[in-house]
Amino acid sequence: MRNLIIHTVLLAIIFLVPLSVMYAQVVVSPEGPLTSISEAVKIAEPGDTIEVHSGIYLESDILIDKKLTLTGIDNPVIDGNGEGFILIIRADSVTVSGFRLQKTGRSYIRDYAAILIERSAGVVIEDNLIDDVFFGIYLAETEGGLIRNNTVRSYDRREASSGNGIHLWNVKNPIITANTVSGMRDGIYLEFVENARISNNISSENNRYGLHYMFSDGGRYDNNTFRKNGAGVAVMYSDNVDMTNNLFENNWGGSAYGLLLKDIRNSRIEYNRFYRNTVAIYSEGTTNVEIWRNHIELNGWAVNIKSNSSRNRFTENNFIENSFDVRTDSPRNNNFFDGNYWSAYEGYDLNRDGTGDVPYRPVSLFSIIIERQPESIILMRSMFIRLLDQAERILPVLTPKTLFDENPKMQRIQ
Amino acid sequence: MKLLTHIIKTEWKSLLRGKWVIGYTLIFLLLTDSLLRFGGGGPETLLSLSNVMLLFIPLVGMIYGILYIYQSREFVELLLTQPIDRKVLYWGLFLGISTPLMAAFIIGSLLPLAWHGILVLDSSSSALVLGLGGMLTLIFVSLGFVFGLMFYDDRIKGFGFTIVIWLFLAILYDGIVLLLVFVFGDYPLEQFVIAASALNPIDLARILVMLEFDISALMGYTGAVFNRFFGQSTGLITASGMLVLWLITPTWLGLRIFKKKDF
Repeated sequence: MRNLIIHTVLLAIIFLVPLSVMYAQVVVSPEGPLTSISEAVKIAEPGDTIEVHSGIYLESDILIDKKLTLTGIDNPVIDGNGEGFILIIRADSVTVSGFRLQKTGRSYIRDYAAILIERSAGVVIEDNLIDDVFFGIYLAETEGGLIRNNTVRSYDRREASSGNGIHLWNVKNPIITANTVSGMRDGIYLEFVENARISNNISSENNRYGLHYMFSDGGRYDNNTFRKNGAGVAVMYSDNVDMTNNLFENNWGGSAYGLLLKDIRNSRIEYNRFYRNTVAIYSEGTTNVEIWRNHIELNGWAVNIKSNSSRNRFTENNFIENSFDVRTDSPRNNNFFDGNYWSAYEGYDLNRDGTGDVPYRPVSLFSIIIERQPESIILMRSMFIRLLDQAERILPVLTPKTLFDENPKMQRIQ
Repeated sequence: MKLLTHIIKTEWKSLLRGKWVIGYTLIFLLLTDSLLRFGGGGPETLLSLSNVMLLFIPLVGMIYGILYIYQSREFVELLLTQPIDRKVLYWGLFLGISTPLMAAFIIGSLLPLAWHGILVLDSSSSALVLGLGGMLTLIFVSLGFVFGLMFYDDRIKGFGFTIVIWLFLAILYDGIVLLLVFVFGDYPLEQFVIAASALNPIDLARILVMLEFDISALMGYTGAVFNRFFGQSTGLITASGMLVLWLITPTWLGLRIFKKKDF
């Protein structure tokens, strides 16, 4: 009997040893024997897993230049101690998950980040908490990559001295999903990114934009929440961007926008909800954008569209109790408004087809008055202003004559 | 105190017997309910309701106040022959008719808001609109009292005066402010327009409505004075404070006239 047990154990050892060589596991723990993550990365072979146990590791500039999986067990903390980067990834298929990374360096010259990913493909960054850093997760010249379920936050309220939460530069096909970013400069920043897929993130209280698109074609962002950011969300110089089902709310200020569009072509904005922003949609130089089925409620200005925007189509949106529906700087109109619901519409529907019989003019006289004399904003919603607006709507003199919704809906569009 | 409550109760009873107040409640009940039924959701209804409130409550309050002074002339003069303190009598009459009117608006609008669920959904906005309506009722009933006592024997003059005052405060005043803003457009006008609005109780109530529903637009305005006024609680506190002052001044004025008047 005893012999049998010994034999079994021996057999097990014989079979398991080569296995464990194939998938070696390097354990780092404050109790030792290995107490440094950098050391662990050095001795690990490509394909290994490094298991980091709970504790505080004061390390920075940890260079990962081979395919490794870094797993944090019970939220180990890597503290950069205010110096340089924390993790630098320069290899394909690296996975980092379950860490708390804090205190990177801060610099006006270098973009110190908690995790820098350079010239790599298929990197996975998951379930990390990144706290009090300059830049959060920084991807440069990478291919693919999955950034999921991370929290990035920082506390600097100045735009110039804070970095971006998730920063992508020259990246193809990244997936950014279910992250929470707050207190950074831009929550999520994209520059020269192709086909980004950004979904289910919450980006709030950042100093500048919740999401910032630059020169990034063909992406899609959906189901995100952008709340109380210094200037809202900006999508600039990009083509074919899909913006669907996002929530833009409480972005307040002189230059705060729910969604700022600048030089955008052939894109779609659908099923989004804009709630209590100073300007819900600001559009400058955009062409051929489809704005369809959005819910735009209680904003200062629902739409501010500059005259260099053309062939944009606003259809079947709900405009509900915005202080001003549409603002524009030109007497001509190159855009198309049709079949929207406007809560300020006071027309009638005699043939009962659900569409008002007289067109709705969304540019009010009062919006032109406050353009000339901003102080008169204090007269908003007063009876006198209402009478003036009414007279102007019946006989437009100062407001754009061709900007109207021919088929305003009588009921909210569900 | 006992006498005061006694007068108030008597007033309530006679008002209920008149059924006037019940009709007034029903008007708001029907109005709010139909706004909710046909007008869509919460903010739309509350804004429409606040428009009605800002326009009609001042008119109804003032007309009602002055009408009461005229109609109950014999009753008041009879009471004055009794050993009753004039101050107590004045407060009894004022509270006796202004509180039912206030309650009529609040209950009439509150019930539909409650059964359509808006009260829970937009509780702070609903509370604001209802509270402002109540406040405006008190202010304008007391203004009606003042005009009634001032033009005690000349009813036509009294009524004419109330209607002109209402027209002025509700509509013309803002037109004059707008005109002045355009005439003096080259000067810094922020403080002027805030001060001008503070002098009109309807404008004060309107600013409070604006702070609730249009704060996002107000934040788009870049002037420093406005930003401080609207951005922090300064605007809310100043406007509410001025509104209270607007309640105190006419009631005190009315009391003064009432005390000294030779009936």
